[in-house]
Amino acid sequence: MNVLSIEGLTVEFNTAEGRTKAVNDVSFVVPENKTVALVGESGSGKTVISQTIMGLLPSIASVTSGKVILSDPTGAEPPVDIASLDRKGPQMRHLRGNRVAIIFQEPMTSLSPLHTIGDQIGEAAKLHRDVSAPEARELTQEMLRLVQFPDPARALDTYPFELSGGLRQRAMISMAMICNPALLIADEPTTALDVTIQAEILKLIKDVQSELRMSVLMITHDFGVVANMADEIAVIYHGRIMEKGTAEQLFGNPQHDYLKALLNAVPGFHMDKSERLVPIRPIEVKSEDLTRNRPKCDVLPGETLMEMRGVTKEFTLRKGSLFSGKPKTLKALDNINLTIKRGECLGLVGESGSGKTTAAKAILRALHLERGEVVYNRGKGLENIADLTGDDLMDYRRRVQLIFQDPFSSLNPRMTINDILAEPFEVHGIGTAEERSERVRSLISLVGLDPRFLRRYPHSFSGGQRQRIGIARALALNPEFILCDEPTSALDVSVQAQILNLLQDLKRDLNLTYLFVSHNLAVVDYIADRIAVMCRGRLVELGETREVVSNPLHPYTKALLSAVPEPDLSTPLDFSALDANRASEPHLWPEPFRVTNEDVPSLFEMEPEHFVCAPGLKNAGALEGTAA
Amino acid sequence: MLYYILRRILMMIPTLFVISFLVFFIIELPTGDYISNQIAALKTSGEQSSIAKLEFLRKEFSLDRPFFERYLIWVGLWPGPHGLDGLLQGNWGWSFEFDKPVAEVVGPTLPLTIVLNFATILFVYVMSFPIGIYSATRQYSWGDYGFTFIGYVGLATPNFLLALILLYFFNQWFGLSVGGLMAPEYIDQPWSFDKAMSVLAHLIVPTIVIGTSGTAGMIRRLRANLLDELHKQYVTTGRAKGLKEGQLLVKYPLRMAINPFIADIGNLIPSLVSGSVIVSVVMSLPTVGPVLLSALQSQDQFLAGFVLLFVAVLTLIGMLISDLLLAVLDPRIRLGGRASS
Repeated sequence: MNVLSIEGLTVEFNTAEGRTKAVNDVSFVVPENKTVALVGESGSGKTVISQTIMGLLPSIASVTSGKVILSDPTGAEPPVDIASLDRKGPQMRHLRGNRVAIIFQEPMTSLSPLHTIGDQIGEAAKLHRDVSAPEARELTQEMLRLVQFPDPARALDTYPFELSGGLRQRAMISMAMICNPALLIADEPTTALDVTIQAEILKLIKDVQSELRMSVLMITHDFGVVANMADEIAVIYHGRIMEKGTAEQLFGNPQHDYLKALLNAVPGFHMDKSERLVPIRPIEVKSEDLTRNRPKCDVLPGETLMEMRGVTKEFTLRKGSLFSGKPKTLKALDNINLTIKRGECLGLVGESGSGKTTAAKAILRALHLERGEVVYNRGKGLENIADLTGDDLMDYRRRVQLIFQDPFSSLNPRMTINDILAEPFEVHGIGTAEERSERVRSLISLVGLDPRFLRRYPHSFSGGQRQRIGIARALALNPEFILCDEPTSALDVSVQAQILNLLQDLKRDLNLTYLFVSHNLAVVDYIADRIAVMCRGRLVELGETREVVSNPLHPYTKALLSAVPEPDLSTPLDFSALDANRASEPHLWPEPFRVTNEDVPSLFEMEPEHFVCAPGLKNAGALEGTAA
Repeated sequence: MLYYILRRILMMIPTLFVISFLVFFIIELPTGDYISNQIAALKTSGEQSSIAKLEFLRKEFSLDRPFFERYLIWVGLWPGPHGLDGLLQGNWGWSFEFDKPVAEVVGPTLPLTIVLNFATILFVYVMSFPIGIYSATRQYSWGDYGFTFIGYVGLATPNFLLALILLYFFNQWFGLSVGGLMAPEYIDQPWSFDKAMSVLAHLIVPTIVIGTSGTAGMIRRLRANLLDELHKQYVTTGRAKGLKEGQLLVKYPLRMAINPFIADIGNLIPSLVSGSVIVSVVMSLPTVGPVLLSALQSQDQFLAGFVLLFVAVLTLIGMLISDLLLAVLDPRIRLGGRASS
């Protein structure tokens, strides 16, 4: 029996530029107790389909033809065509959150910060299940236990800001589950999460699905997730279904060129070093544009460009007030030693909260350091960047640029793209007005966007497009050292391939140096020459990319690697191993890796050019390595 | 929570001291004081006996002491000619201009000032709240444009002009006496029901006049805040649960958008008092506004100092109320310290 069957659905948007078809004659079904993955890039219309099913389409959108039939397998409700219902009417409201429920991508913003999660989860039960407040509370607690909250009774009265991203997503799932919906729509449920958390959430969705016997429509762009979750797959592109079939069919024998291209754009661990991703829309790099107007870099390739020496950064969690005693602190960076050579790409890997971004900020001199120093070679030998002032500092700022992680909050919503891209030139006083506007146009085409977009504001772009704008801004001043803080984590695979290739081409042509911060090991594996793994502010493993990926020594690195979902049906995630090792607790690591708060986390060369943080080895008399 | 309230109240004490010092410092900035100005004026006419009396007054109010000593005597932390006798002891000082204690000069105006301020704040909130919500939820509708237009007219019209126009019409239509806060026959009469009604009737025009610009600003702010919130993801989450639009609006985005609304209570008070001075003069309202104006003009320092301090106290109380309300409404403020993960 099909819980959901969509037949010839067409959705049109009535915009100022005329009518556009966001979804065009789409048909597919979601069978009972199965998971169907709807795969596509951003802008392909997959979210519009989910909004149609939920009756949450914006007012400018209208369903012009087709049916969306929801039939409840329990038989409690007769089959109903959602497309024909009034979106704000009582019938739709009755289905919404009751028979169909949804989990969103962003667990950080999907919950109201002002209400306890118990209140927000129980609300759905109160609306649809005709229960009293205490009963709703009990139900909520049960749901929280089902999604494996550590302490469900206490969790009822916590506010979302007190929970981590993974727990918030668990709360979202329990909110969607509380009325035992026939269909769960998961709209990119793990895109914003760390790989280890992602694996846990995927496992949770599977567990809950088998327990409650419901159908799942999984909307995603991540083939790793698809391979691990989906029974059936529908591939959507520009509002049309390109190909659909079972997971075995599509992974084993993709027919459509688009699907083949998508699969080629996914980085995986099996790739050769020389192998290149094939983006769907490759970008031609006009590097002559970027070679002009460069600050001269006198550091030869292979020489040390930047070095972190014993860098320690502490954050005060709670200020010591007038009356109470010592302030509580958190070590975000604990004695980090790291060297980056000109022309190399160092991948910095770790979960959120591991201190990766703090390390990048320390290099940018955006933070005051408690101990240690960051030295940088501007061609005059290594200088401590904390001593730079005036013109020297401006020069440093020109040489070192950052690409931000979040494409939504890193662009000022009140500035046009033109203003955003021209701002670096204004700050540094480079060029005349004509030169600037010419540069801005070449920058925007460099990242594969149309110069006509320059007059628009950020809100009219998709996440991927915004990220490309952010990259164009970082490239504006022709920097020599770029800190990429998760630049592709919010992007589609095809755009990710584009960006990764772009970064590689730029590196090759301009001899750029990258620090590539990411939680996606496959991406880092593709782009980085060396990998540094961080956990809880400590550097735990450092070595050549191939060496670290194929022969991880540290338990944390092993755990990270095992949580990466591969876009390959033959290597499914080992869900059963997940709960066993909580590998991100330094004091629970086995000897000799165990690190307590008193230990100085120093690195040891366990194998040639392969360093591991293992304080236990110090006592064993191993030679202390200089983290080169 | 109790600890928070206590700490917040304790924090007001040093704040008040800093404010009192600044007030005193600024009032003393112009050279001379009320009495030395008088002496200078009398010297030209040569009246020795009056000068002697004024010299006595200068001693009496320790105007001949150094600045810091004068400040401390005013506050009541330093023994003056009559021992410790300052604000802390309940002596609000002497008004030279009116030749009366400050308490007697401002006494009758204080309750009316508070009543007028309270009424105005109430007016601002009662008017702007529904209009702001309406404008935000029906953005770019005729109603939204209409209220925006009226709001801008309200912001742009000089208050005293609006006051005169409204007074004229109220007088024409309802026979309300022009000016003052009560009909002339009730002045200096004991309080009665009719007098109270007369005060209420006379409150309407000044409340509207003083409150318009605040209302217009508040509508714009609430509209902008609410518009930002309406498109947030958690609103969609609520809708996806099957909530009705009305319930959804009140429970989620409105709760979020209301924060700046509450935080403004404290800020409104000083702007209302200082913004209403001209209106009070035009409408001859017996509030502290006109008193402050004349005290500043004649360098009647104790009077001016007291009025400024009074407004500061009102502001601090407003801030306290808004902070406490915010803590009640927003768990992120209340529990900020607990979230340390």
